[in-house]
Amino acid sequence: MSIKKFSERSHEIPPKASVVLASNLEEEVFSEEFKGDVIKRFFSYVRPYKKQIIPALIAVIIFTITSISIPLIIKNVFDSSLSGENNNINLLYLFVGGFFLAIIFNFISNYLQELLVGKVAEHVLFDMRTAMYEHLQRVSLSFMDKTESGKLMSRLQGDVAALQEFLHTAVFAIGDFVLIIGIIITMLWLDFRLGLLTMIVIPALLLIRIIWIPYARKAFLRARITSSIVSGALAENINGVRAVQGMTREYVNYDLFDLRAKENLRAALKASKIGVIMLPTVDSLSGIARGIVVIVGGIFVLNGQIETGVMVAFVLFIQRFFDPIRALTMHYNVLQRAMASGERIFEVIDVPVDMTDKEDSIIMDELEPSIEFINVTFGYLPNQPVLKNINFKINPGETIALVGPTGSGKTSTTALVHRFYEIWEGQINIGGVNISDIKLESLGKNVSMVLQEPFLFSGSIIDNIIYSTKNVSYKQVIDAAKAVGVHDYIMELPDKYETQLEQRGENLSIGQRQLISFARALVRDSKIIILDEATANIDSYTEMQIQNALKVLLRGRTAMVIAHRLATIRDADKIIVLQNGEIIEQDTHENLIKNKGLYYSLSSLNYSSFDDIPEDLIKKITDESPGT
Amino acid sequence: MIVKNQTISARPLQNNDSFKVFFRIIKMSLKYKWRLFFGIFSIFISSGFSLYIPLLLGDAVDAANNLLGDNSEISSINDSRNHLYFICVLLLISSIGRGTSAMLHVYLGESIGQHIGYELRMLYYEKLQRLSFSYHAGVHTGDLITRGILDVEGIRMFVQTAILRLIFLTTLIGTGTFLMIKTNPTLGLLSLSFVPFVAWKATSARLKLRSNWYALQDKLSALTKTMDENLGGIRVVRAFSAEEFEMKKYKKVSDEALDLSNEQVEIRSSSISLISTSFFISMGIVLLVGGQEVINGNITPGELTQFLAFMSILLDPVRQIGLMINGFARGSASGGRLFAILDLEPNIHDEVDSRDIQVNKGKLEFQNVSFTYEGDNHETIHNVSFKINQGETLGIVGPPGSGKSTIAHLIPRFYDPTEGSILIDDEDIKNFTLESLRHAVCVVEQDTFMFTASIEHNIAYGNPWAPDDRIEKSTHHAQLAEYIERLPEKYKTLVGERGVSLSGGQRQRLSIARSVMLDPNIIIFDDSTAAIDAGTERKIREELKNLTSKTTTIIISHRLSSLMHANKILFLEKGRVVESGNHDELLEINGHYKDLYNLQNQKRGKL
Ligand SMILES: Nc1ncnc2c1ncn2[C@@H]1O[C@H](COP(=O)(O)OP(=O)(O)OP(=O)(O)O)[C@@H](O)[C@H]1O
Ligand SMILES: Nc1ncnc2c1ncn2[C@@H]1O[C@H](COP(=O)(O)OP(=O)(O)OP(=O)(O)O)[C@@H](O)[C@H]1O
Ligand SMILES: [Mg+2]
Ligand SMILES: [Mg+2]
Repeated sequence: MSIKKFSERSHEIPPKASVVLASNLEEEVFSEEFKGDVIKRFFSYVRPYKKQIIPALIAVIIFTITSISIPLIIKNVFDSSLSGENNNINLLYLFVGGFFLAIIFNFISNYLQELLVGKVAEHVLFDMRTAMYEHLQRVSLSFMDKTESGKLMSRLQGDVAALQEFLHTAVFAIGDFVLIIGIIITMLWLDFRLGLLTMIVIPALLLIRIIWIPYARKAFLRARITSSIVSGALAENINGVRAVQGMTREYVNYDLFDLRAKENLRAALKASKIGVIMLPTVDSLSGIARGIVVIVGGIFVLNGQIETGVMVAFVLFIQRFFDPIRALTMHYNVLQRAMASGERIFEVIDVPVDMTDKEDSIIMDELEPSIEFINVTFGYLPNQPVLKNINFKINPGETIALVGPTGSGKTSTTALVHRFYEIWEGQINIGGVNISDIKLESLGKNVSMVLQEPFLFSGSIIDNIIYSTKNVSYKQVIDAAKAVGVHDYIMELPDKYETQLEQRGENLSIGQRQLISFARALVRDSKIIILDEATANIDSYTEMQIQNALKVLLRGRTAMVIAHRLATIRDADKIIVLQNGEIIEQDTHENLIKNKGLYYSLSSLNYSSFDDIPEDLIKKITDESPGT
Repeated sequence: MIVKNQTISARPLQNNDSFKVFFRIIKMSLKYKWRLFFGIFSIFISSGFSLYIPLLLGDAVDAANNLLGDNSEISSINDSRNHLYFICVLLLISSIGRGTSAMLHVYLGESIGQHIGYELRMLYYEKLQRLSFSYHAGVHTGDLITRGILDVEGIRMFVQTAILRLIFLTTLIGTGTFLMIKTNPTLGLLSLSFVPFVAWKATSARLKLRSNWYALQDKLSALTKTMDENLGGIRVVRAFSAEEFEMKKYKKVSDEALDLSNEQVEIRSSSISLISTSFFISMGIVLLVGGQEVINGNITPGELTQFLAFMSILLDPVRQIGLMINGFARGSASGGRLFAILDLEPNIHDEVDSRDIQVNKGKLEFQNVSFTYEGDNHETIHNVSFKINQGETLGIVGPPGSGKSTIAHLIPRFYDPTEGSILIDDEDIKNFTLESLRHAVCVVEQDTFMFTASIEHNIAYGNPWAPDDRIEKSTHHAQLAEYIERLPEKYKTLVGERGVSLSGGQRQRLSIARSVMLDPNIIIFDDSTAAIDAGTERKIREELKNLTSKTTTIIISHRLSSLMHANKILFLEKGRVVESGNHDELLEINGHYKDLYNLQNQKRGKL
């Protein structure tokens, strides 16, 4: 049966499809909605640059003063030296000299304000991104499991970039602000009543702002969120492009993406509308203020309460007064937009870190590598335990094998040894010390893992094998590569160990990736090693070679091995059989045989591998065995 | 039919290339001609009002003066007062008019920008979906994501802030220049003496900024790469407690990007301040020369005033040019980066005359197929030939890196063979449309990819219209139903990114389920049970046996029990078929396969 071609079904919205989670998962994840004062938080990032900010402010003030004085000088040229009768060439030279002096100051201050504010802005942006990124290195894995990297990336790049616009124009805002203060003081000084009257519209403007802010905030945030959804959808599609093409989802995805992109377009336009509405508002208010000055000022002049000169000055100033106010209004829009981004950035920075080192945490280097699980119960989701009441002990230097059907909790058990997640109940000890008392970093140094899903970084092969391990000699790298049997292959490559790997090692086969990630764990030479199906994608022949090499390499180390093949398991000092998150059997090979339990039955069947035991037989045995 | 892959950073090095980029962006915005028209129209209206308001205020002063001067005549006072009211109303109207027209042009500018942003996003998305595997393998997702986020934004900002203003400023400068030259040619030329300098400075700054933006966007791409890999490999990072190491890696790139940003700030600051200063210098010269002329009686002070007034009209545009250079530079760099991708042609595409596949026999044949990965110097697959009929099963074994997955990827044309051909029902697969071919052929990939969505959506990924029972049936086949039923939200349970919330085996079974659901004619299992225990695998195999009696199946596995019942088994080594035949035949050959078989069936204690 062939399904209808997607291209023909295009523009129907499919019932079971979505691109990127458009749901409010993201909001749920960042449920601690950032309620603090964004601006205040923001300033905490600016504060370290006090040394640059103060000269920058001085430059802004000088720039503002010179900008105002340039037209004044020109005016004076006319008033004094070119005023008809008493033309004075020397005075002209004097003023022109003053003019050039002002230009020089204007130039220097202009350059300095742009430079200093610009640089501080860039530093602040980079600092904020670094803070976010650094924080993400520390938040718990259970948090990271819930997030989508595309959306996080949109915060790390998109939101930071959105702040840039604000910071780059900040210098103008500062200048405008200085100007306004100057003008207010001058106006009040010229005539207090008229000055106050002019400013009567300011409270009205503020009031409108207060009403406007919640709408604007919502609209600007919505625009950022929809944009982040679009980025997330794009990222997801890029990451999963093989699956997309393999399942010919292109048309469906295109339509779904279109919906998201249109949503973003609409949200952005709406935000834009809400932003620009302030323009006629502030202009109308300034029109009113001008009208007031014209009428009241006129009447004052009429009544002889003020001189004409004062009114002329007022008329001039009021012009200068409202231009920066208008400019500031538009800056305020930019600021509000920036706040939306700032909020999303601080949301990331404020994700609580629930796994931290205790104050007097113990360095694991001194502990002996024994592992003990005492009544451990653990689950990922509330009320759904994945591991139930697990008890076992591994002595230093022992190798234990974890076996069990898929989804039984093997990977989860090993994740707990490394304290990827916090357990619900019970206790895990390494060297007799509760792991929550052990310094996290030293845990990583002493427990190395081969994860079930091999992940390599882009970069050379040797960089991947060494990764973050310190003081690794070239020989150690080669030994590790030889142990996992990938050395010969690497030597065939033109650049040998310097061969550049693509992202996730995509120019290697999966088996090769697994081998290199195996070598990466071996190079670390740690006391405890965890192998999670480290040879699942590898043929038995290569596996046997690895097994032989490991016998030497694992000597003296404590090892936890997960595998399906009996050959891998049999030599273990102890075998733990997991099913549905419970240990149904654990003991040494000999004892298990003696106990005549599940393992005995399996072994006595003479099947060398779980692979070859008929299902009904397993079923029969599991049904018979106590504890299931 | 391998078209040489175009390299990604196809940077326009030539200056006129950057004009091509502008031209292209402008062409895109011309589509919104009404918005453009009204936008420009309202800019002029609003600047008309802006010029009118000071005039009105001057008028008001005169009127007030009148009020004072002629207070003997009552009627005149009334006139003046009325005039004052009139001015007040006019002021209000023009202020509102100014605000409204300013609102219009800002909004229209943004609207054009947003629409172009939307268009570019759609084009980009569409293109990325179609670019072939070989392209995607060679380019980092971080880089592609950066282009999609930051470069689209760069172009959008350019359109939003620069296009309308560009037209406006050009008109304004043109008018100012015309008026000045007309008033007094000598002074006019003097006052324009800054223009050559500004032109030179603007050009050189733009070029510097453009190459800076290129470098910066590249660095930001590198930064995204680092962050993307870190987030994707978070488990490895945590397992190795490599947070510090990763921070160092990040810091290095981040600091380099910061240096570039600072360099940009320097270029910008100096060009902005130099440009406006050069304007002021010409103004000073005009003042000096003009003043002397006035003193010498050659021109009147009024003429000079008027002249300087015209000149000050240019002040704002000149300052804006300083600001706009950066937008231009960013726009052209971003445009260059984005268009470089939009202009790529996928090297695997429907051939002319291709038609939909009609599989009726499901026969699959490889004829002397060889394949070399792009940029590799040796063949990954060498002269592979085989034939399987409908309903038959082909098994492929071989050590890691022997080319098994590569063979699997050739069948749905993720890659095209460098030599030889692949036939389905005796017809070269290149004669079929890609869409129909990929419907007919389904690969259960070795590294599974899950989408952040519910289990149901993931299973229905290939056919979102599938009815519920079909989805449930396929989870039964893949032995996943029992697990799903135990979940509180069942099929609606969310699968984390790349399936993090599933165990390895569950991911693989989900991947099997979503392929089986499509009921393809040819299905390829690429080591897709490696993380599944033998018991479960056996069940899956039995289920599928009934289901796929008509399906042509390829099983790639390291577990011989998975494929020993196949009609034919290939033993692959370094891209060559070294042994082939069915299980019994292969055992008789007494070669690699036999060794492997013995190894996997060793009796206890013999290891
Ligand atoms: N990050 C997670 N969030 C939620 N649930 C999870 C997560 N990781 C695993 N699980 C669930 O916990 C259970 C145990 O998973 P685990 O990965 O430990 O199994 P496993 O024994 O390693 O299986 P396999 O052999 O398939 O790898 C599974 O049901 C799985 O769906
Ligand atoms: N995208 C690529 N670019 C360049 N070389 C590649 C690429 N993908 C795979 N290779 C190389 O091609 C060879 C065959 O890889 P392939 O993935 O087909 O192996 P495989 O037989 O599937 O191995 P495994 O059992 O490990 O999955 C390997 O040497 C690998 O390094
Ligand atoms: Mg697992
Ligand atoms: Mg493979």
